[in-house]
Amino acid sequence: MNFLHHLLEKQRPLFEKGGKFERFYYVFEAAETFLFTPPSTTPARGAHIRDAIDLKRMMMTVVIAMLPCLLFGMWNAGHQHYLAIGQEADFMTKFLLGLQHTLPIILVAYASGGLVEVIFAIMRKHPINEGFLVTGMLIPLVMPITIPLWQVAVATIFAVLVAKEVFGGTGMNVLNVALTARAFLYFAYPTEISGSVWTYLGEGATTVDGYSGATALAIIAETSEALKSNFTPGAAVAALNNVSWAPGLFSFENLFWGAIPGSIGETSTLMCLIGAAILIATGVGSWKIILSVFAGAYLTGLLVNAVALNAYMDLPAHYHLVIGGLAFGAVFMATDPVSAAHTETGKWIYGFLIGFFTVVIRVFNPAYPEGIMLAILLMNVFAPLIDYYVVQANKNRRLSRATV
Amino acid sequence: MSKVIKLKKGFNINLAGKATTQLAEHTPETVAIKFDDFPGLYRPKILVKEGDAVKAGSPLFFDKAMEKVIYAAPVSGEVVAVRRGEKRKPIEIVILCDKQTEYVEHRRFTVSEIANLSPEDALNHMVASGVWPQVIQRPYAIVANPDVAPKNIFISTFDTSPLAPDFEFVFKGQEQFFQVGVDVLRKVGKCEVHIGLNAAAEVSKIFGSVKNVQFHKFIGPHPAGNVGVQIHHIAPINKGDVVWTLHPYGVIQIGKLFLEGRYDASKTIALVGSEVKQPQYYKTVLGANISKLVAHNVKSDHVRYISGNVLVGQKITADGHMGFYDHMVTVIPEGDKPRFFLTEGWLAPIAKRLSFHRALGLLSFLNSSKKEYVLDTSTNGEERAFVATGTFEQVVPMDILPMHLIKAILANDYDGMEALGIYEVAEEDFALCEFIDVSKQPIQKIIREGINMMRES
Repeated sequence: MNFLHHLLEKQRPLFEKGGKFERFYYVFEAAETFLFTPPSTTPARGAHIRDAIDLKRMMMTVVIAMLPCLLFGMWNAGHQHYLAIGQEADFMTKFLLGLQHTLPIILVAYASGGLVEVIFAIMRKHPINEGFLVTGMLIPLVMPITIPLWQVAVATIFAVLVAKEVFGGTGMNVLNVALTARAFLYFAYPTEISGSVWTYLGEGATTVDGYSGATALAIIAETSEALKSNFTPGAAVAALNNVSWAPGLFSFENLFWGAIPGSIGETSTLMCLIGAAILIATGVGSWKIILSVFAGAYLTGLLVNAVALNAYMDLPAHYHLVIGGLAFGAVFMATDPVSAAHTETGKWIYGFLIGFFTVVIRVFNPAYPEGIMLAILLMNVFAPLIDYYVVQANKNRRLSRATV
Repeated sequence: MSKVIKLKKGFNINLAGKATTQLAEHTPETVAIKFDDFPGLYRPKILVKEGDAVKAGSPLFFDKAMEKVIYAAPVSGEVVAVRRGEKRKPIEIVILCDKQTEYVEHRRFTVSEIANLSPEDALNHMVASGVWPQVIQRPYAIVANPDVAPKNIFISTFDTSPLAPDFEFVFKGQEQFFQVGVDVLRKVGKCEVHIGLNAAAEVSKIFGSVKNVQFHKFIGPHPAGNVGVQIHHIAPINKGDVVWTLHPYGVIQIGKLFLEGRYDASKTIALVGSEVKQPQYYKTVLGANISKLVAHNVKSDHVRYISGNVLVGQKITADGHMGFYDHMVTVIPEGDKPRFFLTEGWLAPIAKRLSFHRALGLLSFLNSSKKEYVLDTSTNGEERAFVATGTFEQVVPMDILPMHLIKAILANDYDGMEALGIYEVAEEDFALCEFIDVSKQPIQKIIREGINMMRES
């Protein structure tokens, strides 16, 4: 591989100060450091040896952790399609159909977001950061399979620009970039990201009798709205089990397994837990956040059970953990190290409140069937405040020591 | 004996090239005193010029901010160079050593005379003889101001950093000097002397039976041996406090000054590292030139010579001089080769490069904890923006928030730095953060900048 490095090094003067493509230096740097760990050595003073880790490897770990969700999501997209049109299909057919519709979304997300990254790196003269490896993969996973590609591009560009670059780029953003993309679409193009968009049906396809593309969240919300306070205990679960066009679609087991309508990557709680296992085992994701989101959601679920005034409040607490994007959000969105709380104590509070608000939004706000997105964005905003109090407590310990 | 303080946070870096317990003589041709070794110097006034003859203990320079503290020549000989940099900033003073060292002769004290000595006389003797720069103060980790009384004095008697010399071997037979040094320090500081002992080792023959001190036992991975970490758990530094810290070498040097009447700058150092053919101990002198030491004793010529340990030391050339406070020379391979991303780079599984992390492909955690690593000077990645991964917190065994302290420094937030504990820390306490950092940021440099900001404010 030496010849390749020599070839690259030959081009270096073109990109260095005074070279023809000086302004594109960081594009060159990105390409070179992608291919080769740089020959840079440690400075004359300070630590002379360094850990084998680098940011690329760390980000790659997160991408790997998302792969189970992505692969399952591809299969599930095909699975939902054939389920809706009432045809049998084998595993590969389903997977390839999903692949065919997922791949363009991924490519568009990487390309459009990557372009913004590169432009800003050139303008601001900073290195192109590897964080986008993760963001570019997260965005497709929270999109419905039927999303128009131009919307993916617009949302990605909006999110990278407004959620990240205006704050100073990687490491400076307040909000999670991928969720900002999703929230942007949610409020700008509500029809393309809610209702019956979760299943790809195809042009002029006929669906099975009684077909409805509604997600579990929507069914529960509708049931709750229809029955108001005249509900019988267990009405929400009964409504889930009574989906006539596909019996057992919303059984608890299937909700956990994830062969249900929803965003591409978020349906399977099982796959999210595999991702969580990878993140926790490698130490890349904070187990404190993941655990406390689930705990917060479950305990809040129990709390609303206790005062159940409608069918949604009556929904058993463990259902909250498997419906919607809670698991995906807890594992991949809430753990984003930049937008999460930075203090270890703060992470417990941050995660717990995400779980809490997710259930509160789901149960008390019929306008937004999915709570996790808004809960995480809300807590992103509050994370610095949580940190502020944790840091203040540390400062106070130091101060009180001085006065004793 | 006091109870054992267990530290969980930290990380041991087990490198190849440990010193065997053999001792040889290394008589250098030249020695040097380098001004960069004293980050607290305000404006040094050099007292010698090229061609001057000096004795061991003759003053070389003093700092105009602390005029009574002299920095002495470690050997007798001829000043062959007074090197200066830009704006005549002094860099180093080089002395060509005599064959036979001549000492500036001071008065010798008996133990009972020392007991009757007044603190003022003892202090004046120390600052005028060359031993004082061994007394470091916190806050700031600089040479102590002799006019400010300390609240406590701390001595760590073990070093947990990679390939560190074994103090039991290095200071063997120096018990009486250590005891006298401690007694003098107690007198001069008018305070308690706290000794940090290694609970993982046998009871120290040298330090375990010292009288008139408070013992504290520590156990845990590096940086448990750092005096800053020990202070934090014994009696943390608050705003307005000053404490003194000393390496056992400094204590023994003080003891020798009083008992033998000499500024004795001889020291036993370890020559270690994976690239050294015969890693072992050498008896030499402070600031020694290493050229004869490393000639024909390294495995290749593409190596880095480090005065000090791999985490906090400074790079020197093959004919460079050791740092003032260093007790070891580490030789490791240079890592300036590009590595293809699939075979050895960021996508390849790697077990032979040590990592604190366990991210994709970093397999060193599977190795036995006894495995000795050969690590080179590669940064293993590019400098990137800070990412708050929460790992710094796992290698700083103090109630300090490293990330927030670093951010406060970068933001020039003086109140924040003070409240987050800048007075308690030195660069070395954050060396592991620099090692494990994914973004390859110069953490120790940032900490020193923060300390300097606080000093100048």
